[in-house]
Amino acid sequence: MSEQTAAGGTGRAAEHTALEEQFDQWRGYVQRRRAISAADVDEMEDHLRGQVNDLTASGLDDDEAFLVAVKRMGNLDEVSREFAREHSERLWKQLVLVPEEPGEGGRWRELGVVLALAITAGIWVKILLDTAGDNELVLVRNGVFAVLPFLAGYFVWKRRVPWRIAATLLAITAALALVVNLYPFESGPFDEPGMTMFLAISHTPVVLWLLLGVVYSGGAWRSSARRMDFVRFTGELLIYLVLIMLGGGLLIGLTFGSLDLVGVDFEPFLGDWLLPFAIPGALLVGAWLVEAKKNVVENIAPVLTRVFTPLTIVMLLAIFVALVVNGPLTSVDRDLLILMDAILVLVLFLLLYSISARDPLAPPGVFDWMQLVLLGAALAVDAVALVAMLTRIAEFGFTANKVAALGLNLVLLVHLVWAAWLATGFVRGQRSFGAIERWQTQYLPVYAAWAAIVVVAFGPIFGFV
Amino acid sequence: MHIDKDLVAASATPLVLGILADGESYGYAILKRVNELSGGRMQWTDGMLYPLLHRLERLGYVRATWGTSDVGRRRKHYAITADGREALAERRQQWVVVSEALKQVWEDVRPGPAVIEGWA
Repeated sequence: MSEQTAAGGTGRAAEHTALEEQFDQWRGYVQRRRAISAADVDEMEDHLRGQVNDLTASGLDDDEAFLVAVKRMGNLDEVSREFAREHSERLWKQLVLVPEEPGEGGRWRELGVVLALAITAGIWVKILLDTAGDNELVLVRNGVFAVLPFLAGYFVWKRRVPWRIAATLLAITAALALVVNLYPFESGPFDEPGMTMFLAISHTPVVLWLLLGVVYSGGAWRSSARRMDFVRFTGELLIYLVLIMLGGGLLIGLTFGSLDLVGVDFEPFLGDWLLPFAIPGALLVGAWLVEAKKNVVENIAPVLTRVFTPLTIVMLLAIFVALVVNGPLTSVDRDLLILMDAILVLVLFLLLYSISARDPLAPPGVFDWMQLVLLGAALAVDAVALVAMLTRIAEFGFTANKVAALGLNLVLLVHLVWAAWLATGFVRGQRSFGAIERWQTQYLPVYAAWAAIVVVAFGPIFGFV
Repeated sequence: MHIDKDLVAASATPLVLGILADGESYGYAILKRVNELSGGRMQWTDGMLYPLLHRLERLGYVRATWGTSDVGRRRKHYAITADGREALAERRQQWVVVSEALKQVWEDVRPGPAVIEGWA
């Protein structure tokens, strides 16, 4: 008897789980409509649940009750149109940075944390600026160490990153700072950085940025999805920074002009005080905006990839023809290799951002083919340039710069060749889109490793020249 | 019985305001009340109630607050405002005119054939 009751009990529980799943599905379905806000879905779900309760009380089972209740709710297209008529502004999604409802102080606190971190970073930069004096190299070497840890601090706070991970990352960052500052790099005759120092300085931001990815993911850096989130974050942040810089530049220009007319020299204040605080401030506020607007506004980066993928294909074909016709061997030097790296990085970004916003379940379409063409064109151009470069290196030998450029080229090449292979399988319908997506995120640490090698090992290997 | 869509739309505002004039309520309860009042003969499309409530809120006829139901779910409650009561009174006068006119029409109506002859 008691067993029967128990069995009945679990049976009912299981049934209700099924009902809960149906509610979840319904929510997901309704939420996709832009005119219906999350609060409206809550309100309608309350209605739906009330209806289901009454119907089950009158003898229907869960499934039947749910079906009837959903049917009575009416055609969602019509309801959604009605909502759109009432709230047309919702079709222009609104960015609510700080909620107006009382009792939700979280966002205000977050803004406070962001501003505090931005000001602290500004103070650091200011100290650095004052101690550096005329020696600009000190500033160039350490600028990134003065700013990025504070951005990392924001995510450590926001994602509640375990202290062990945060401490490890801090230790790595400190070690890198020591390497960049204490290695006996040689400088040129006019105190300009030597080759290995320049390479170390230019590669540290890459290492630090990818380390930032670890805190961004809240420590779950092995997760492919979290890595993709970090890629999205990076793209959106870049776009925000460009916009903030444009706006800031306009304001500064107007202030400069007005003050100039009344005879006040704005420049000392600008250089000594405004920029040291504005630059880290823009970075942190930009990061905060990206965090706040997630899911609110369409991502911009993927939209840009749609525009630039066809244009880039045209550009690559032009370069390819020019290289083949004019004979690649005549004008090849290090600069060409660096240019090739820049082109491959561009192609990689186009690929990464269009992948980051693609619905993984959608079947292959025109745009996927276009991407494949883009990859093929980039690889063809790179192959021509690479052959030319290798013959050249065989003749004149290696330098630190050439090895760094060549190494990056190979790292990018492996990334893109395998991506092209997977994409071919996908457009032919032999492979799922998930495989392409996974490959992109799996490969990211290779860049961190390569950049770390350049920073740490190139100095000793090439005699700090 | 099927009631014409336009008729439902025209009567929805005074019905909702009238129900809320009795006291604060929420979506599903308002709908149940409409069913009770019409003896189940007025079937609304449930989803359409919410855009309507939001329009009344924007017009300032009702005020919405979020509360919790007895099982702890988020629930939006609506209460009528002074403006809402005024609007209700106005609608009521309009409907009185309409229904009196209709009443006379119904009284004038004779059984089928007679009407046709009259027109001819």
